[in-house]
Amino acid sequence: MSYNINNKGYYGEFGGAFIPEMLYPNVEELRQNYLKVMAEPSFQEEFHQLLKDYVGRPSPLYFAKRLSEKYNTKVYLKREDLNHTGAHKVNNTIGQILMAKRLGKTRIIAETGAGQHGVATATVCALMGLQCIVYMGEIDIARQAPNVARMKMLGAEVRPALSGSRTLKDATNEAIRDWINNPVNTHYIIGSAIGPHPYPDMVTRFQSIISEEIKWQLKEKEGRENPDYVVACIGGGSNAAGTYYHFLDNKDVGIIAVEAAGKGIHSGESAATSVLGKEGIIHGCKTLLMQTIDGQITEPYSISAGLDYPGVGPLHSHLYKSGRGEFYSATDDEAMQAGLELTKLEGIIPAIETSHALAIFKHKTFQPEDIVVISLSGRGDKDLQNYIDYFKL
Amino acid sequence: MNRINQTLNKDKKLLSIYFTAGYPNLDDTVSIIQNLEKSGVDMIEIGLPFSDPLADGPTIQASSTAALKNGMTTEKLFEQIKDIRKSVAIPLIIMGYFNPVLQYGVEAFCKKCQEIGIDGLILPDLPADVYDAEYKTIFEKYGLINVFLITPQTSEERIRYIDSISNGFIYMVSSVSTTGSQSGFGEAQTKYFERISKMNLKNPQIVGFGISNNETFTQATKFAKGAIIGSAFIKFLTTNGISNIDKFVKSILK
Repeated sequence: MSYNINNKGYYGEFGGAFIPEMLYPNVEELRQNYLKVMAEPSFQEEFHQLLKDYVGRPSPLYFAKRLSEKYNTKVYLKREDLNHTGAHKVNNTIGQILMAKRLGKTRIIAETGAGQHGVATATVCALMGLQCIVYMGEIDIARQAPNVARMKMLGAEVRPALSGSRTLKDATNEAIRDWINNPVNTHYIIGSAIGPHPYPDMVTRFQSIISEEIKWQLKEKEGRENPDYVVACIGGGSNAAGTYYHFLDNKDVGIIAVEAAGKGIHSGESAATSVLGKEGIIHGCKTLLMQTIDGQITEPYSISAGLDYPGVGPLHSHLYKSGRGEFYSATDDEAMQAGLELTKLEGIIPAIETSHALAIFKHKTFQPEDIVVISLSGRGDKDLQNYIDYFKL
Repeated sequence: MNRINQTLNKDKKLLSIYFTAGYPNLDDTVSIIQNLEKSGVDMIEIGLPFSDPLADGPTIQASSTAALKNGMTTEKLFEQIKDIRKSVAIPLIIMGYFNPVLQYGVEAFCKKCQEIGIDGLILPDLPADVYDAEYKTIFEKYGLINVFLITPQTSEERIRYIDSISNGFIYMVSSVSTTGSQSGFGEAQTKYFERISKMNLKNPQIVGFGISNNETFTQATKFAKGAIIGSAFIKFLTTNGISNIDKFVKSILK
């Protein structure tokens, strides 16, 4: 079985492009060009140059000694939090802005949940001198104020999504509507491994730099390219897709996903899509999706704005359904405790999204000789207020 | 012959009206349909509300949210209109997004539509190629016409393809936009309507998006077989409720 995308844009039974005809020319233009553009030597050169000099890659693969001791296993942290703008999101926005420029686009739109993707998009738009509009749920605007301020300072216009749950799902709806209304000059930079084909694959390929680096870094440190496990948190699943990519077809590497259980999987306030979801269509792709029996998309909940999404990318639905991936979920409380624990043990304040991945130790016991690589997808500066409120610091 | 095809054969410009089932009140559905027919409307699109209507602007979004809040479901809609053919003769089309249909079961949904006397479906996010490969035979088995959209951006090649797999009419979106975002047509749109008309497609075209009054209806139907009004009618319902629907229709047809 292949875990990669097929030539029709599906991972197993998941994926495809379920889009209104108004979007067909935009998506088709991208589908026909993305692999060709990405393969151009000049594109690769510019992409890698920017990742090195602007983003600060390679990001370190850090052996977390005290965390390893505590859980009696070997833990490496892939430090995406040290990237420029503070998360893995910038890997994809650098790639997509170069793609947009080669396709002759002059206006950039994006959706954002936690604001990390919005900041990463606003950043590359400033870098390239392109107009930038970011859609963000009204609730997320309130709980991620520092990132909203950053986007504005970078010159982006932040438009609130006022419909539905006023979070990431609704921001994505608004961005898609904007694209329908501006089909010629606009490129939509989707931040997660979701959306109509070719987005999940394109985002995954740009993020795959994460697992590409893990391989050679681990070789240097441990003399072997493959860890026993790679662990990542999943909302839509972009950092996870990048962390897994080069290990997908190697069964010796266990793939572990941690979703947001919110206040508990069955509390009615959760975003644990693999457990609560059923196959359906959201934002242009067929995937696992939290919905009513009637096919209405339900409103998820997580303390983490970046994981507060009712679907998962189609790659992840395939990993779940095929059994290739082990899926867990961490509650708000487990994640917050894991975030604080990393702060105390390693001096690293993680994003609350990332804290969910760190909560894996509450759910799975590893062997002492196991090498476990956790994607430290983002830093916690933006979440400081949430941590302070939660722990009454 | 399907009622849609019969109506398309009439020697007149057609007015089709869209409304969201369950709005303004949960049980207005049958009354709205009956009143529209009585007022001289040629065809009706019954909107099955969806939580995330990507192709719709604020007016239809708001009506969908309200309808869902009122308690509208797929099952409820079918229940409301189960006897509709005892009182209504004009073509009825269900318009909605693909996910609720998928969850009901595509074949079960089509079968139910046939039992009730629904003539066609418009599912904007069910792409033509997926329909062609996976669902066309099911739709045809239950005598349903599936209607596809084209826009000013749709290539000639793709329009020809869509024409080849259609057997009713083509929904010609007047501009690149979500619903309800236009007011009036410019020269570019008139040229587009004319261009499509000159392609001599086997399916007639009906224009949607941006039609709100007699003037835009007349402009849209200069080169097309008919026009569809959605957002403007929803706005009318929001202000006036379901009484005086005939006044709205008369203001369009004059």
